[in-house]
Amino acid sequence: MDQVAAFLPYFFEGTWVTLQIFVLGLILALLVAFAAGLGRMSSIHAIRWPCAVFIEVFRGTSAIVQLFWFFYALPLFLDIRLTPLMAGVLVLGLNQGSYAAEIVRGAVQSVPLTQWEAATALNMPKRTTLRRVILPQALVAMLPPFGNVAVDLMKNTSLVALVTVLDLTYRAQLIRATTGETTIIFGLLVVVYLILTNGISLLRRMLERRMPAGLAYAPGRE
Amino acid sequence: MYWDWSFAWDSLPALLEGLWITVQLTLGGSVLALVIGLVLAMLRRTNVEPVRWLIGAIIEVLRGTPFLVQLFFVFYVLPKYGIQLPVLATGIIVLGLNYSAYTAECYRAGIEGVPQGQWEAARALNLSTGRIWRAVILPQAIPRVIPALGNYVNQMFKDSAIVGAIGLFELLNTAKQIGGLTYRFLEPLTMAAVLFLAISYLASIGVRRLERRMHSAETAGADVNPPHLALGKPA
Repeated sequence: MDQVAAFLPYFFEGTWVTLQIFVLGLILALLVAFAAGLGRMSSIHAIRWPCAVFIEVFRGTSAIVQLFWFFYALPLFLDIRLTPLMAGVLVLGLNQGSYAAEIVRGAVQSVPLTQWEAATALNMPKRTTLRRVILPQALVAMLPPFGNVAVDLMKNTSLVALVTVLDLTYRAQLIRATTGETTIIFGLLVVVYLILTNGISLLRRMLERRMPAGLAYAPGRE
Repeated sequence: MYWDWSFAWDSLPALLEGLWITVQLTLGGSVLALVIGLVLAMLRRTNVEPVRWLIGAIIEVLRGTPFLVQLFFVFYVLPKYGIQLPVLATGIIVLGLNYSAYTAECYRAGIEGVPQGQWEAARALNLSTGRIWRAVILPQAIPRVIPALGNYVNQMFKDSAIVGAIGLFELLNTAKQIGGLTYRFLEPLTMAAVLFLAISYLASIGVRRLERRMHSAETAGADVNPPHLALGKPA
């Protein structure tokens, strides 16, 4: 126990690394989600197709396969050398972004077509309609599933331990190997992740309560 | 570096062997997840408060922690208490447990979709609780959640690659090993990814087709349940 106590500061530094990967990954995932999700609905073939292929490929393989590919295979292929942290953020962002892209698409399509028609009748350009009429309504529908994506992203950050990023999981492994106090350190690891994922759920609920305020029209309220 | 077809071709047999382990993981994990999930979903409806609380806590922990961490926990902690399991068994158990938390929610939705009147009618006929579950509730609850369960099986197939982290040579870890031995990571890792993609894509098409068929059966007024089990339509 004393042995583990000596390593605790080192362990908790990992929380910072994990949070960093989570936040950067989430930002990337959101950007990817809107780009690919809206792109997949484009009327232009050259935009729609690549977006659809991207989404299907990244949803069709798991984050760990993509992580190993970006970490081991990509440098040999394109002569790009990513740091383990960069590879982790990139893969988690693209992977969760591909799931979130389908959420964006579903939410935009859930806004009644009459909203588009009404905006057209008011002579509003398509781009403005999307930005001022459709997205504000779709955003409310996106929030709950985005919360799930964020929780999944947090859990997937543990995978970066397998490409030697010193996150919580990897540090726990190192401490286990050094001290042999397996039960204590892994028990602690489980508790820290529970706190992190529950924190995200809490944050999501707070956001959900605030979001629809001031919105005259919310999906499902016709 | 360029793509070497002959090297890719040479590593295929080893990759297929890895794929076989991946399939075993998926099948074993699915059976466990489908059974444990159902048990959890049924226990969650009990009147005994502590049991309900316990089940809720188990599901919360399984859903709130990473699969990799659960895997490490079982792999490193259990031997400390004298429980030695083969790596494949460890992988199947952790996969099954992890996914049972998700399938339980799935089953719960199905069970809650069965109208209350079915319970009341079955009780009025003096059926035992076990019989009510077996003959009335589950035959109506399970068919409608089969597509959703299918999605989880597909997801499990993809996630099973994580079990490589405890040294099992499933598809991904085999590819990584070939890369490590030859220092050619591109071909084996790409082929592993393509195999994962192809199989899960076909599976997702299958699930979607199943979904559509069940949906059209329902909207056409036909019951998806066998006729002798259709004990009356919800009002």
